[in-house]
Amino acid sequence: MSAVIDTGHAHDHEHHPSGIMRWITTTNHKDIGTLYLWFSFTMFLVGGTLALGIRAELFQPGLQFWHPEFFNQLTSMHGIIMVFGAIMPAFVGFANWQVPMMIGAPDMAFARLNNWSFWLLPVAATLLLVSFFVPGGAMAAGWTFYAPLSTQMGPGMDLGIFALHIMGASSIMGSINIITTILNMRAPGMTMMKMPLFVWTWLITAYLLIAVMPVLAGAVTMVLTDRHFGTSFFNAAGGGDPVLFQHIFWFFGHPEVYIMILPGFGIISQVIPAFSRKPLFGYSSMVYATASIAILSFIVWAHHMFTVGMPTAGILFFMYSTVLIAVPTGVKVFNWLATMWRGSMTFETPMLFAVGFIFVFTMGGFTGLILAIMPIDIQLQDTYYVVAHFHYVLVAGSLFSLFAGFYFWVPKWTGRMYDEKLGKWHFWLSMIFFNVTFFPMHFLGLAGMPRRIPDYALQFAGFNEIASIGAFGFGLAQILFLWIILKVTVLGRGEKAGQKPWEGADTLEWTHLPSPAPYHSFHEQPVVK
Amino acid sequence: MKRSTVAAAWLLALSGTAQAAYQLNLPAPATRVAGEIFELHIIMMVIILVIFVGVFGVMFYSIYAHRKSVGHKAEHFHENTTVEIVWTVIPFLVLIGMAWPATKTILNIKDTTSPDLTIKVTGYQWKWGYDYLKGEGEGISFLSSLITPQDQILGKSPKDEHYLLEVNNPLVVPVDKKVRVLMTANDVIHSWWVPAFGVKQDAIPGFVRDAWFRADKIGTYRGQCAELCGKDHGFMPIVVEVVSAEKYSEWVGEQKKKLAAAADDPNKKWNLLDLKARGERVYTANCVPCHQASGQGVKGAFPALDGSPIVNGPKGRHIEIVLHGKQGTAMAPFGKQLSDTDIAAVITYERNSWSNKTGEVVQPSEVGAARK
Repeated sequence: MSAVIDTGHAHDHEHHPSGIMRWITTTNHKDIGTLYLWFSFTMFLVGGTLALGIRAELFQPGLQFWHPEFFNQLTSMHGIIMVFGAIMPAFVGFANWQVPMMIGAPDMAFARLNNWSFWLLPVAATLLLVSFFVPGGAMAAGWTFYAPLSTQMGPGMDLGIFALHIMGASSIMGSINIITTILNMRAPGMTMMKMPLFVWTWLITAYLLIAVMPVLAGAVTMVLTDRHFGTSFFNAAGGGDPVLFQHIFWFFGHPEVYIMILPGFGIISQVIPAFSRKPLFGYSSMVYATASIAILSFIVWAHHMFTVGMPTAGILFFMYSTVLIAVPTGVKVFNWLATMWRGSMTFETPMLFAVGFIFVFTMGGFTGLILAIMPIDIQLQDTYYVVAHFHYVLVAGSLFSLFAGFYFWVPKWTGRMYDEKLGKWHFWLSMIFFNVTFFPMHFLGLAGMPRRIPDYALQFAGFNEIASIGAFGFGLAQILFLWIILKVTVLGRGEKAGQKPWEGADTLEWTHLPSPAPYHSFHEQPVVK
Repeated sequence: MKRSTVAAAWLLALSGTAQAAYQLNLPAPATRVAGEIFELHIIMMVIILVIFVGVFGVMFYSIYAHRKSVGHKAEHFHENTTVEIVWTVIPFLVLIGMAWPATKTILNIKDTTSPDLTIKVTGYQWKWGYDYLKGEGEGISFLSSLITPQDQILGKSPKDEHYLLEVNNPLVVPVDKKVRVLMTANDVIHSWWVPAFGVKQDAIPGFVRDAWFRADKIGTYRGQCAELCGKDHGFMPIVVEVVSAEKYSEWVGEQKKKLAAAADDPNKKWNLLDLKARGERVYTANCVPCHQASGQGVKGAFPALDGSPIVNGPKGRHIEIVLHGKQGTAMAPFGKQLSDTDIAAVITYERNSWSNKTGEVVQPSEVGAARK
């Protein structure tokens, strides 16, 4: 009797509108997760195309393709699109898919809000892309749009400002949803300290987002009123302070860096134990390390501003607080290594990307330490060394962790295995071309090449050539990734995946749900012991 | 002592590649501070390489030995308080070891007291202005902008050795003298950077910041603007000539003579042809990057002057815009950079070039009057 009722009930829940209305009206966390992931991948390809425009111009000294003003639009929009359009929404996509399944909840807490926070993003993206075609073109003041340069820009800047407002609102709503879901909807028995690390890192990230996105909104609003309504927040001639902009921006900007990496740490902390067939080493120290990084991120912002000129005491404070971040970050790396140590490892694509992540992300951490030492930063600030550094943490860090997460969970999402051979190709091509592109940039920075320049002196020609070749190789590798995604999702090819295709995986989505995960999962909450 | 030997060895090893296309390290330092920075970077690299080899040695050994394919069985340990405390405390101590020598250098960098020579550096879109404020050469003042011809940038002629790193008027300073540089900017934020001196300081409109250097070798040192400042950010290099004390005195003498000769009588009445000829030079040096030599501007970004209602309208409004700039656009206030005569000349040139034929001459005295 009860079995019959259950089936009927389940059938009822599978019902949803079909066609385009399914996606526009959906309140299902899995659908919305999918939307987020496709959106972010699209933006990733757009931002990547802009990057190739940059690298094409820099292949040789001289101006070959673009005017300097368009070059500045390329660098600015590449940054904005990758940060706000690709990396951040991709992690929200993972949160949508995974957080409810990993804590045994049927869906996100606020289903309609979830729909709304996604559908704001295409609007923002449209504003950004349209801005290329307004008089004067897109914003060209860097992704950091420092005032007063940003007050000089054309209407493309205003479109950028509105896009940032909208994306900020979307992030805040998404974060409220994630926090509420995690705090209220965990399965019985899943105490906070039993939550999977991915859930922990997202909980902390969501708090960071709520704390700093309003600060960004304030900064862009002040730029907007300076531009149009005669205020002088950042205009020295009117009694304002151009340096204030940088303080506000980086008070947002530094936590933003961790917003883009903490969920990645979470993904790596799921993948490494699964493929080492061994529990995560130092679970509680991982949680505390994540929280420490988040808290420290609020007191280090001015290390982005060492060349602005500040009192000695200020320099020392920000230098010491910055190097301190290496301690919890080091703890994380050591914990991952200790998890691998004496495990029984296999190296499917998710594990390759996870190990690759540890290797290259740590290099980004090292260069971060070098940049934290203020006297060295004097030489390296605003050079290609910084460009190399943040691509090591954002591409080799955030992006590789996203790749690892995709290959890890796609069997659960689609019920099919991705093409393992192509996945391995994707890893090796990405890994090699990433390093060919960005490693030489360290040397360029040391030798004195400033960032954000469309043309350069002759002594920088050699390494720029190598970097450009690497960039096109990296771009091509992502076309391969697009094919891998299409094959396993839209085309539905690949062998069927069992409930738990990874031997060492132990979170609820693997132990309690079939593959593919049903449209509505956990009608009844599982009990965690 | 030992540190500098290490640094010297590195310098020697790298000097072969220093001038080649594939330079791997910071440029050879020309001041003590730059030398300290060079050494700090070497120390950091050594520490980091040791950690790198240690950490990834363990990782790759584990990858090699603890694979399922070689039959390794997983163990089940998942915490060890002692180990965790050790790998929290040791990095902490290493970090103190890194920050300590840096602190001494910072105190040195920030000590801008008792300079022999004080120079104000002003960032403009897109050139540098130098004013010798105090010390030998006081009163000298000039602008310094890129002289690489457009043909080389567009690939129509071969690029010379100092492509993009050559200017019309380099900054000239004496060797072994403490030079304090005060930085400010006229429009947006720029950053004055000479790698060999270890000086990079943002130039911020409305603010004055300072830095210092004492060059210990005679020579020519090149740098670039290091803060995105708009369209021609990549085209405003810095060139510093470090010369002997005698040469410097000679140079100061020449500059003073030039200044005296170039001083214009602000009440002189100019005729159209002379003033237009002078205006063309001013226009080329200051206006061409945005408004173009053709006066057509860049569509959507910088307005055309050819046929512009302001250029062909009343003089007063035209003078006002050139003097004070236009808020919220890239049009800079040129009143602070150019003399009355130069402003009068460039306005006269604009009003009588391309299809603009007002036939009007704007006299320096009219500009002077508009300043008040």
